[in-house]
Amino acid sequence: MRPLLITVALLALLAGLGFVLPAWIIFLLSLAFARGLAILSVALLLRAGLVSFGQGLFFAASAYTVAFVMRAWGVREAALATALGTAAGVLVAGVTGLLLARYREIFFAMLTLAFSMVLYGILVKAYALTGGSDGMAVATPTIAGLALEAERLRSGLYLLTLSCTAAVAYLTFRYMNSPLGYAARAVRDNEVRLEYLGLSTWGTIYLTYVLAGGLSGLGGALMALNVGHVDPQLAYWTTSGEFVFVALLGGIGNVLAPLGGAVVFEILRAYAFKYAPYIWQMIMGSAMLLIILFMPEGLWTIYTSAVRRIRIRRWSWRRLG
Amino acid sequence: MRKSHIVVRSRGIFAGMLIGAIILSLLAACAPPVTVPEAGMGETPAAAPAAPTAGAPSQVKIGIVTFLSGPGSPFGIPSKNAADVIVEALNAGQAPAPYDQAGIGGVPIQLVYVDESGGPDKQVAEYRRLVLDEKVDLVLGYVSSASCLAVAPVAEELQKLTVFYTCATRRIFEEASYKYVFRTKGTDLVYNVGAARYLLKVKPDLQTIAGMNQNYAWGQDSWTAFRDTVLQLKPDVQVVSEQFPKLFAGEYSAEISALLVARPDAIHSSFWGSDLEAFLIQATPRRLFDQSIGVFIIGEAMLPSLGEDVPPGLIIGAEGTHGALAPDNELNRWFTRIYRERYDARPIHPAYHMALTLFGVKAAYEKAIAENGGKWPTQDQVIAAFEHLEFDSPSGVIQMALANGHQAIEPMAFGITGEFDPAAGEVKLTDRMVFPAECVNPPEGMKGEEWIAQGFPGAKCP
Repeated sequence: MRPLLITVALLALLAGLGFVLPAWIIFLLSLAFARGLAILSVALLLRAGLVSFGQGLFFAASAYTVAFVMRAWGVREAALATALGTAAGVLVAGVTGLLLARYREIFFAMLTLAFSMVLYGILVKAYALTGGSDGMAVATPTIAGLALEAERLRSGLYLLTLSCTAAVAYLTFRYMNSPLGYAARAVRDNEVRLEYLGLSTWGTIYLTYVLAGGLSGLGGALMALNVGHVDPQLAYWTTSGEFVFVALLGGIGNVLAPLGGAVVFEILRAYAFKYAPYIWQMIMGSAMLLIILFMPEGLWTIYTSAVRRIRIRRWSWRRLG
Repeated sequence: MRKSHIVVRSRGIFAGMLIGAIILSLLAACAPPVTVPEAGMGETPAAAPAAPTAGAPSQVKIGIVTFLSGPGSPFGIPSKNAADVIVEALNAGQAPAPYDQAGIGGVPIQLVYVDESGGPDKQVAEYRRLVLDEKVDLVLGYVSSASCLAVAPVAEELQKLTVFYTCATRRIFEEASYKYVFRTKGTDLVYNVGAARYLLKVKPDLQTIAGMNQNYAWGQDSWTAFRDTVLQLKPDVQVVSEQFPKLFAGEYSAEISALLVARPDAIHSSFWGSDLEAFLIQATPRRLFDQSIGVFIIGEAMLPSLGEDVPPGLIIGAEGTHGALAPDNELNRWFTRIYRERYDARPIHPAYHMALTLFGVKAAYEKAIAENGGKWPTQDQVIAAFEHLEFDSPSGVIQMALANGHQAIEPMAFGITGEFDPAAGEVKLTDRMVFPAECVNPPEGMKGEEWIAQGFPGAKCP
């Protein structure tokens, strides 16, 4: 019961913040959640022992799908555009996954990278269609059929992003604690034993990969709606590299860890930009270095060690009392 | 493995605190040079006591966005340097007429810098922060066309005056119209129309052309505009080779071989930054420019850095009448002097672009103050004054003539590289020729492609 209460309170707090915090922080949080979904998808694959340097593939495919359906079909509804974008992510993952589920380790990483760079190449070269490296604009969406004015639209998009993220975080949590989720972890630990248990390793990886594609796609669609502009950079390997970076920064042990990592990363970067416009990259690099050195399981370590401390203290009180 | 984890876990909290402390101290260490802006001369007593403008704020806060890091910084850093020296001089009231009133209408200017690295989504977030958190009065900036295209609708949403200083894509005002967005320099179209016209002036018997452009929007747009203009003006010219190496490739031996085999009369290139230097350094020893004329539409920026290594006979442009191709007027002499005194270098054309935005904004504000009976204007009044404004600059008179007065037209100048000048440390440009703005810019309301296809209606050329 308690975790449910805490979750509801956290959600209410985040939704409430949408009306209190300055608009630019709200925008930053929206971006953080959108990216957080892609980072969560990287974390899902990491749990199965697979490093993806190509989550930008689904992120960009979905973001461009949103831009295209808005331009070509005149779709304006944010929820519909998001659904179509996510579907594009699932579709791309469904096709590339057929091949990728056969590979492990560095070969998997390099192939995911290769696929995302192929999409990058197409987006840059299809100049007449995509606007090339300059990217293309995403039309202003409506939310639940309402054409909102600028300020309301931002709050609306924030709430949409938050609710999508919350729903997906819950589903991912359920997935991670389901037999299938444990099977994915077993892929990392012992593939042979997994097969002996009667489960298909290929199938497990394929499903995890498609799921990760859908998650990343949802993030890409929300990103496109929030930013209002898409460009090929979304499919470039540095974008995917950043997802891996933040997944490690946040930790992969829990659903909330990558999402929290995304928020911390976005805010750290915004303040590094603000206070050190010349050396912001150095600050981000130092932060990464320190976290790898002192917290091999990411920022989530702070939470787990705090919980452990409290438990120990309680236990000792009980003994003494 | 497992043991080390347990050890690390028990240190987790301390590690977290340590990291926090280190990050905070890093942030604190970095804060002073930025929170006390280098160019914000709020503390310096203004030399020329200006007439106090009624209702004026204590400062005009300007957000400047340009590349402070990464491959774009050869354009970004000179622009930032120009903003620093110009704003310092403006705040001290030391600029020549008509900009001799301190600051803007007597109000000191304060600058806030933002790095343009990180992609358009990052730039949109930073733009929102500049407007909503830093509460800047206006934003000047953007080198990358992708940044400009992403930021323009946000400027409109947040209703904040925004002046693009060097991004060149014509899509901004051809695809949409804006109330809050201005651009004080020309588009990629006009550099290439000008280059084609100049090439046909110096080589009227042109037979074959080839293109050598980076494979992204700027390179493709530039090449099509140049090729179509040449073919429109002299339809019997043949295109013998179109090379599109990737952006920042750095190695061009295959393309140079292809161009050597194709033997075009002229090679058009919109290369810039390190690509431009690398291409010249690799192509010159293979005598590419002995058999073909190189047309470098923005080659001006590499003259100081390459010095003696620039081969003679190249056609060089500067995105207008800037840098080595700037006119000899009082503002230009003043600007190059203060820039050289501070940085020991000549300002290149991106620095001139930054100067244009600053002078344009100052002129618009001061016109709005005059029209408002000496009182400080609202943003809408500044915008009204900015539309269709004509203002003096180190690059000559700039007219805000297109896109309902939001897009500038400017004359185009070209020259040919000649003798090395040891005093200046760079080759001299000969055969300088200026095309008036009405010759190289399409008329109001006409898209660039149509204008070329219809044979340049309305163009007034000498």
